[in-house]
Amino acid sequence: MSQYLNEADEYAAPAKRPLRDDPKPAGGRIALFQYLALGVFLFLISGFWQLQVRNPEFYSERAERNSIKALPVLAPRGKILDRDGRVIVDNHSSFSLILSREHLKPEHVPIIAAGLNLDRGELERRLYRFRSRPRYEPVIIKEELTRAEIAFVEAHRDPEGLPELELVHAHRRLYPQNSLAAHVIGYVGEVSEAELNSPEFIRYEPGDVIGKAGIERQYDDHLRGVDGQRQVLVDNLGRERRVIGFKEATPGRNLQLTIDLDLQVVAELAMEGRKGAVVALDPRNGEVLAMVSRPAFDPNQFAGRIRSEDWKLLVSNPDNPLLNRAIQAQLAPGSTFKPFVALAGLESGAIDENFRVRCPGGASFYGRYFKCWVKQGHGVVDLHKGLVQSCDVFFYNVGNRTGIDDIARYAEMAGFGRKTGIDLPHEAEGVVPSSQWKMRQFRQKWYAGETISVAIGQGALTVTPLQLAYAVGGLAMGGVWYRPHLVKDLGRREPPRIAKINPENASKVVYGLYGVVNEGGTGVRARLPGISVCGKTGSSQLASNQALKSSKLGQLLKDNAWFVGFAPCESPEIVVAALYEGGEHGYLAAPIVRDVIKAYFDKKSRVAAALVAENTRRFGPQPAPGAPWAAAP
Amino acid sequence: MARYRSLRDFDWPLVVIALAICAMGILQIYSATIGTVWAEAWWRQCLFVGGGMVLLWLGASLDYHTLINQAPVYYWASMGGLVAVLFLGKEVSGGRRWIPLAGGFHLQVSEFVKVVLILLLARYLADLKGDRLQARDLLKLGALTALPAVLVMKQPDLGTALSYLPILAMGIFLAGLRWQHAAAMALVGLLALPLGWHFLKDYQKARLVTFLDPSRDPRGAGYQVIQSQIAVGAGGMWGKGVTQGSQTQLRFLPVPHTDFIFSAFAEEHGFVGVVVMLGLYFLLLMQVVQNAQMAPDRAGVYVVMGIAALLLFHLLVNIGMVVGRMPVTGIPLPLMSYGGSSIFSWFLMLGLVNNVRLRRFVN
Repeated sequence: MSQYLNEADEYAAPAKRPLRDDPKPAGGRIALFQYLALGVFLFLISGFWQLQVRNPEFYSERAERNSIKALPVLAPRGKILDRDGRVIVDNHSSFSLILSREHLKPEHVPIIAAGLNLDRGELERRLYRFRSRPRYEPVIIKEELTRAEIAFVEAHRDPEGLPELELVHAHRRLYPQNSLAAHVIGYVGEVSEAELNSPEFIRYEPGDVIGKAGIERQYDDHLRGVDGQRQVLVDNLGRERRVIGFKEATPGRNLQLTIDLDLQVVAELAMEGRKGAVVALDPRNGEVLAMVSRPAFDPNQFAGRIRSEDWKLLVSNPDNPLLNRAIQAQLAPGSTFKPFVALAGLESGAIDENFRVRCPGGASFYGRYFKCWVKQGHGVVDLHKGLVQSCDVFFYNVGNRTGIDDIARYAEMAGFGRKTGIDLPHEAEGVVPSSQWKMRQFRQKWYAGETISVAIGQGALTVTPLQLAYAVGGLAMGGVWYRPHLVKDLGRREPPRIAKINPENASKVVYGLYGVVNEGGTGVRARLPGISVCGKTGSSQLASNQALKSSKLGQLLKDNAWFVGFAPCESPEIVVAALYEGGEHGYLAAPIVRDVIKAYFDKKSRVAAALVAENTRRFGPQPAPGAPWAAAP
Repeated sequence: MARYRSLRDFDWPLVVIALAICAMGILQIYSATIGTVWAEAWWRQCLFVGGGMVLLWLGASLDYHTLINQAPVYYWASMGGLVAVLFLGKEVSGGRRWIPLAGGFHLQVSEFVKVVLILLLARYLADLKGDRLQARDLLKLGALTALPAVLVMKQPDLGTALSYLPILAMGIFLAGLRWQHAAAMALVGLLALPLGWHFLKDYQKARLVTFLDPSRDPRGAGYQVIQSQIAVGAGGMWGKGVTQGSQTQLRFLPVPHTDFIFSAFAEEHGFVGVVVMLGLYFLLLMQVVQNAQMAPDRAGVYVVMGIAALLLFHLLVNIGMVVGRMPVTGIPLPLMSYGGSSIFSWFLMLGLVNNVRLRRFVN
C-alpha cells in the first residue's frame, strides 16, 4: 500500500500543469472564515439558550399538553331498587364522544357534525356554552354512539384526521319500559346553563349529568358518583402508549325505595288509558308503596340528551305528561273531604252522634239553594248514613254549624293546605280556605255561604292525591300522621305528628267509611271478600271557579272522580287514594283502589304461605298460626 | 517508510472527534427509533460508520493531485448519475433521490456530487493566475455549480442543491473577487429571488412562509418547526435522559433519527449536551481549517476549505432549523443523521482532508 502511495506521489510531483504552490494569500481569508464559523456557532448556541435555558417551562408544558391527555372516567349512578331489592333503574354501557376544544380546528366542525349525525348549529352552540371553561377540559358532544359512529371516530384518529375526538366509556341510565313509575323516578339530564347560574347547582360544572326530576333529582347526591380521571400518554397518532395517572371513579350508591313493584304495576295497569293519579301509603310509617301519575312520559327519552322535537311534544301536550299529578295536581276533593268535615263537627262540638238532618234533595242557605247529589233526597240522615250515602244536605248543615275556621283547623291538622314533606321536588300545597286565608288572599271577608261549598269539598278547597291519602291514613290511625317518604332507611326515623283528637270521634268517622264500602254505600265497588276495606268516594267539579263553570269549556269538562280507601279498617296497613280525572263519578275510581289493596293482601298471603312452607321445610309441621291480617268480621 | 509516516501523520484528533460525534449520533438513533420500524437503524449506522472508516482511508490514499486531475471524469460521471436518478430513482415521499442498489441499500448520488464538485472547483481555481477572478471565470464556475444544483432541485431536493453553493462561495472567496463582480452577483441574486420563488414547489414555499411565521399554520407546514422547538425547549438545562424525551419517543417530532436528530438530542440531553455537541463540531471544523492552513499548495487549500464551508453550511442550516432560526430544508446533520450516503460522503471528505495533510511536506 505504501508503494502505491509513493507511486502516486511520484506521479503527481511532475504534474503536467503547474499548480500554484503558494497558499499564503489564502491565510487571512481562512482566519476570516474561522471568525465566521465562531459567529455561526454562537448564533446556534444562542438559539438553544433561548429555548432551553430562558423559558424551558413554557416548552415543557407544551410538550406535556402534546402528549398527556386527561380523559374523564365517568362514574355510574347508583341503581334504584324497589322495597324488595328489585332493580327499577339500571345502567347500561355505552360510548360517549368527547371533543378536546384545545385541538379543535374550526373547519372540522361541519365534518364532525356530518359524520356523527349532529346538528351543526346545535354543536356550535354547545361549544359556545363551554366558552367559560378552560380549554383543556373536554366536552361531551354525543352519547350512545352507534357502531357506525364509533367506526367514524376510530377511522379519524390520525393527526390529519379528527384528533380532537375521543371516545369514553359511559353509563347510560336505563329506565323501565312503559313509563313505569316515571314520575317518581324522574330522569337525568345535562345540567343547563340556567341551572348553573342558580345557587342550588353551584357545585356542578357544565356537562355534568344530574338528576332533573323525581327521585333522581331529590337524591342526586346519593346516586351520583364522583368521576375519575385517566391521564394517558399518547403519541402523535393519538394512540395510547401508557397510563400515567389514574383516579378511579367512585360509583354512585344504590338507593332502595319504599315502592313495591307489585303494587306499582297493579296501580299502573288500573290507570292505563286514564288521566289521574294513584298514591298508596303505609299509614303505619309513611312509606309510599306505589305512586302513579297519568299520562306519563318515557324517561329514556331524557337519558341521553332529549331531542328538541321530543321535548316540544312533551311540553305542548295539553295533558302535561311531565306533571306528577300525585303530588302536583291541586283539585277539589269533593266528597272525600266529608270525613274531615264530620271530624271537625264532632271535635268542635258543633254536632254529636245524635245529630240528624232530613234531606229532601236540597236545602237553602243564606238565600241560595244547594242541591244534594240525589234528587229525591235521602230522608232522615245521621252521621253514619251521611257518610255512607254521601249526603250533601247533611254535610251542608254540619259545615254551617261548624263554621269555616273550625273546618280549616281540622283540615290543616289532617295535613291539607301544606306540603306533606314527601322526598320529591316540587310538591304542591293545595288550598284550605278560611276567613284568615280569604283576608290574606283577597282582602275580603268570608261569607258564610261559602262554607256550604267547602263542607262538601268544593269551593276554594284543593288537595293533592298524596295529601288525601296522607290525611285519610292518619285519620284511620286515630290521628297519627307519618311523613310520606319514598326512600327506606335514609336518615333517622322521624317521629309521627300526633293530633289530640278524641279516638271515639275518629272511630265514628272510620265506621262511616266502613259503611261506604260494606253497607251498600257509594263505594261498594271497592269491596273485597275477606278484607275489611274502608273508603270514601268523591266527585268534584274540575274548576271550582264559577266563571269557568259557566263557560263553554267548563261544560265540556267532566267531573273528577276520587276514591280514597284503606284496609283493614281497624288497624290500617295500606291507604290508597285514586284520582280519575274526568271519571265523573267517585264509584268509578273505587275499583282502582280496590285492585291495589287486593294486590297488597294477595302478596302478603303469598309471602306468608312461602314463609310457612319454609318453616315447615326447616322445622317440620307447625300448628297453623292465626293470621294477624285476617279480616275482622 | 512512507507507510509509517502516513499513519503517524494522520489527523488522529480529527478522526477521534468525528467518531465521537458518530457515536453520539448512533446513541441518539437508537433512542429515537426504539420500538419503531426503524429500530434496526442504529446497527446499520454502525456498519455505515465502519464502511466510512474504509472510505476515510481510501480518500487519504490516492494523492489528491491525482484525484483533482481526474475530477472532470468524476464530474461528468456523477452528472450522468443525477440524470439517471431522475429517471430510475426510487420515489420516496414525493421525491426521487435514491438509486436502489443491491442489498436494500439506496445510493443518494447528490451526496457524492459534493465531493466531486469540491475537487472540480479546486482544480479550476488552482490553475488560475492573478489575485482576482475574471468575469469569465465566475461564469464558468457558476455554470459548473449550477448544473448539478439544477438537476438536484429537479428531484426535488432544495436543501442539497443549496449546499453546493457554499463550496462555490468559498472557492470564489479564497480566489479573490472584484467588488464590481460581488455587487453584480448580489444584484443578480436579488433579481433572481422572485424568479426563484416562482420555481419553488408549493411545499417549499409553505416551508419558507412558515419559517417566517410558524404559528400561521401550527398543524400543517409549521408543525415540524413548532414540534422541534417544543422538543428542544422541553429538554431544558439537563435534558430528559436517553429514551425519555416525550417529543421524540411519542413521535411528535418528525424524523427524529435523520433531519431532526439534533432536536431529539437536545430534548434528551439538554442545553449541556448541546453545548458539548456543538463544541465537538466546532473542534472538528477548526481541525479541518487547520489542515487547510498547513496545506502544501492552493489546490489543497481549496479542497479542505471547500469541505469546511460545506460542513459549516450543513451545521448552520440543519441545527438552525432545529431551533427555528432557519427554514425547514431537509438536509442531514453531518455524521449524526442516519443515512449511509451522507456518512460515506462525509468520511470520504474527511479522508480528503487527511490526504492534503499527509502531503504537506512536499518532497
